[in-house]
Amino acid sequence: MAQEHAAQIHGEHEDTTTGLNHRKMLMWAFLGSDCMFFGALIATYLVYQGKSLAGPMPVDVFDIPVTSVSTFVLLMSSMSMVLAYAALTKNNLKGFRIWMISTAIMGATFIGFQVYEFSSFAHHHVDINCSSPGELTDYEQHIFDEGCSNGEAHAESHEGLKPQTNLFGTTFYTLTGFHGAHVTLGIVWLLSLLLLSFKKGMITPEKNLDVDLAALYWHFVDVVWIVIFTVVYLFGVFPGF
Amino acid sequence: MSTFPISIPRPVHPTGVWGWITTIDHKRIGILYGITAFIMFISGGIEATLMRIQLAGPELDIVSAAVYNQLFTMHGTTMIFLAIMPLSAAFFNFVIPLQIGARDVAFPRLNAFSYWTFLGGALMLKLSWIGGATDAGWFGYAPLTSVAQNPGTGIDFWIISLQVLGVASLAASFNFIVTIINMRAPGMTMMRLPLFTWMSFITAILLVLAFPVITVALIELTFDRYFMFNFFNVANGGSVVLWQHLFWVFGHPEVYILILPAMGIVSEVLPVFAKKPLFGYKTVVLAGAIIAFMGWMVWSHHMFTVGLGAVANAVFTVTTMLIAVPTGIKVFNWIGTIWGGSIRFTTPMLYSLGFIAMFLLGGISGVMHAVSAHDAQQQDTYFVPAHIHYVLFGGAIMAILSGIFYWFPKYSGKMYSEKQGKISFWLIMLGQNVTFFPMHFVGLDGMPRRIYTYVEGMGWEFWNGVATGGVFILIIGFLLVIDNIGRNWRNGKPAPADPWDARTLEWSIASPPPEYNFEEIPVVRSLDDWWATKQGGAHKEIPASGGSGDEGHGIHLPQPSYWPMVTAIGLFIAAYGVVFNDLIVPWGIAAIGLVIGFVGVYAWSFEPVNDPEEDSTH
Repeated sequence: MAQEHAAQIHGEHEDTTTGLNHRKMLMWAFLGSDCMFFGALIATYLVYQGKSLAGPMPVDVFDIPVTSVSTFVLLMSSMSMVLAYAALTKNNLKGFRIWMISTAIMGATFIGFQVYEFSSFAHHHVDINCSSPGELTDYEQHIFDEGCSNGEAHAESHEGLKPQTNLFGTTFYTLTGFHGAHVTLGIVWLLSLLLLSFKKGMITPEKNLDVDLAALYWHFVDVVWIVIFTVVYLFGVFPGF
Repeated sequence: MSTFPISIPRPVHPTGVWGWITTIDHKRIGILYGITAFIMFISGGIEATLMRIQLAGPELDIVSAAVYNQLFTMHGTTMIFLAIMPLSAAFFNFVIPLQIGARDVAFPRLNAFSYWTFLGGALMLKLSWIGGATDAGWFGYAPLTSVAQNPGTGIDFWIISLQVLGVASLAASFNFIVTIINMRAPGMTMMRLPLFTWMSFITAILLVLAFPVITVALIELTFDRYFMFNFFNVANGGSVVLWQHLFWVFGHPEVYILILPAMGIVSEVLPVFAKKPLFGYKTVVLAGAIIAFMGWMVWSHHMFTVGLGAVANAVFTVTTMLIAVPTGIKVFNWIGTIWGGSIRFTTPMLYSLGFIAMFLLGGISGVMHAVSAHDAQQQDTYFVPAHIHYVLFGGAIMAILSGIFYWFPKYSGKMYSEKQGKISFWLIMLGQNVTFFPMHFVGLDGMPRRIYTYVEGMGWEFWNGVATGGVFILIIGFLLVIDNIGRNWRNGKPAPADPWDARTLEWSIASPPPEYNFEEIPVVRSLDDWWATKQGGAHKEIPASGGSGDEGHGIHLPQPSYWPMVTAIGLFIAAYGVVFNDLIVPWGIAAIGLVIGFVGVYAWSFEPVNDPEEDSTH
């Protein structure tokens, strides 16, 4: 039964022991492996959380509303991916292309946000009014202590957050950078499939395994982002977690 | 199927060297793996011999301290990543499809890619001797690997070639996981899988989960070295202990990646030559799975002297002792298998029995290490190399030698010289004990490992001299092995299909197997099906080998392909480009390599998997 089903879906009469397609199983094995990859990166991030000796901390640079928007866009791209696949299985090739483009655009939007975020973190600067500093983070307090001691009106720092600045920068850029690389690869993959769909007979309702695999990968990368957003962004800004 | 614009016709029945280069036949790839890995084993052996000569007496000056550091680092890395792992991979490739009744692996081209990538990584590592190889020890502890401590390219070569080798290992493991789950012949349930296939399956799963951790650790080290990140930079709060954790979270499962295939080979050989089924098949399978699972819970026993605290040391002491239980179960199963059997002392059998004895000794010193208080005395002494050589030489290499002789008739189609095989066994058995056993004594006597010389009067001279002498016994033994295999591969007397009266499916087909393996996919009815078939008196006619490929049988095999090798070459160029990133254009070579790799992947993707109308018009 399962075997018939698989053969129907993939349009290939593959005689496998389990009835599952080889490539699909390979994809799952790869995703398992990729879990350990991100697991090791996230573990490194957590080991070094709060261990930075100097420089901006998560509370100084993170802008939760902005990242929430980009997170929302990425999650919606997963839905768009589902709709693309659904359109394909209903033999609606036009719908498939539209949803594929929309998925890729949303992925690219996410990457755009990430580029913006990285550059704004790198150029993060602090300007404190020494007479009325208001509520200060530890990092700002440090700048205040250094800059306001000589009776200056303002204390400033243009150091920003670079990978070399502190452990937070090192681990943050590495973790989110590798996630961004995964998304970028996913976009290339989606666009390749989109181009391929213009070649007759390459992507059809029966021959949809290529799309299926790309979708699996895309959803996986989304799930990883949910973990990163929670662990890095939310835990970083709301230490009560 | 319409072809993609950039697709180039696949090579059709290439012959000679070109046939080997474009091959995607699992048997040929297995042989390529085996020969390459054996050459790497010899190169690692030469490195070891140089070290032993340097240590033969006090204050010798054969090699300098700097060269000595490179020797032990390269020796460890070579033996683990370029010799034992790929020798196991050679058996995975050759044996697994035959044992499960398949015509090839699930992804034949990916398999070729794994081999060529492995070859690239291996060459890259070994060629780093030119200009100074890595010298930070095979586990590359931070901060020895930092730019400040180690500015040369040796460490870079080590990092990048390990990454390349990782790609090869991961690709191969994905392939074998899918092959074993999905390519089994009808009736070959998981609990009818031959033990070697089972252990390989567990190894592949371990590898898929463990390798990404070392990948991340190496990426972090790369970023520290190339871009001044802070991962292991103590001045900015980084922790050198993190490297140790990441390395050993990979490194301990890696130990089981090295030994589980060896256990699989032994579990094949013993029943055949004792003429009894494996004692407690299910127990051996389960013990293997438990070893793999518990292998993740013991990594900090490599770090007992780091100062992780009493609780951590106590916990890892207990888990490490526990993991001896499933290992012990296996040893009892092996003994139970030969107990009361009608034993034939052939060369492979001798090696397997040797494995049990030597691995047991290594296991006992392993349990000694497990006691953290005891380990504190042994840490960084020669007692540790003694232990690792009993489990990896006495264990893994002995089992691999057993496999080399056991399957020799199958992969070469010839018989080896039994007499010469037995002489070489006894020489290697004697040689390894003379070489490695004294290391226990000097280790407990306080001789540190990784020192290039020692002064007179420490009481270490005698046993070091003995150990060095043992190396030459080993060399004679291995020369005999090489001669036995090399000579008989060409001129040996032809082997029958089933010379050992064996139990598993690979012996039900001709030696060497035809390109398509099985003329008819077998139907499996029990464990050790081939044995059961023979006992049932159903004499199956084994067709003689010699057919070239799919002619006349209507069996369509995937055709050879260029692209796996092109992709691997791209990766190789990119890897060199990373090390020499400031040559000509910054990162230019790496970019070129990546582009070649991408072209390879794309062309590979759009290459028809199997062209039904076939060729001649191309």
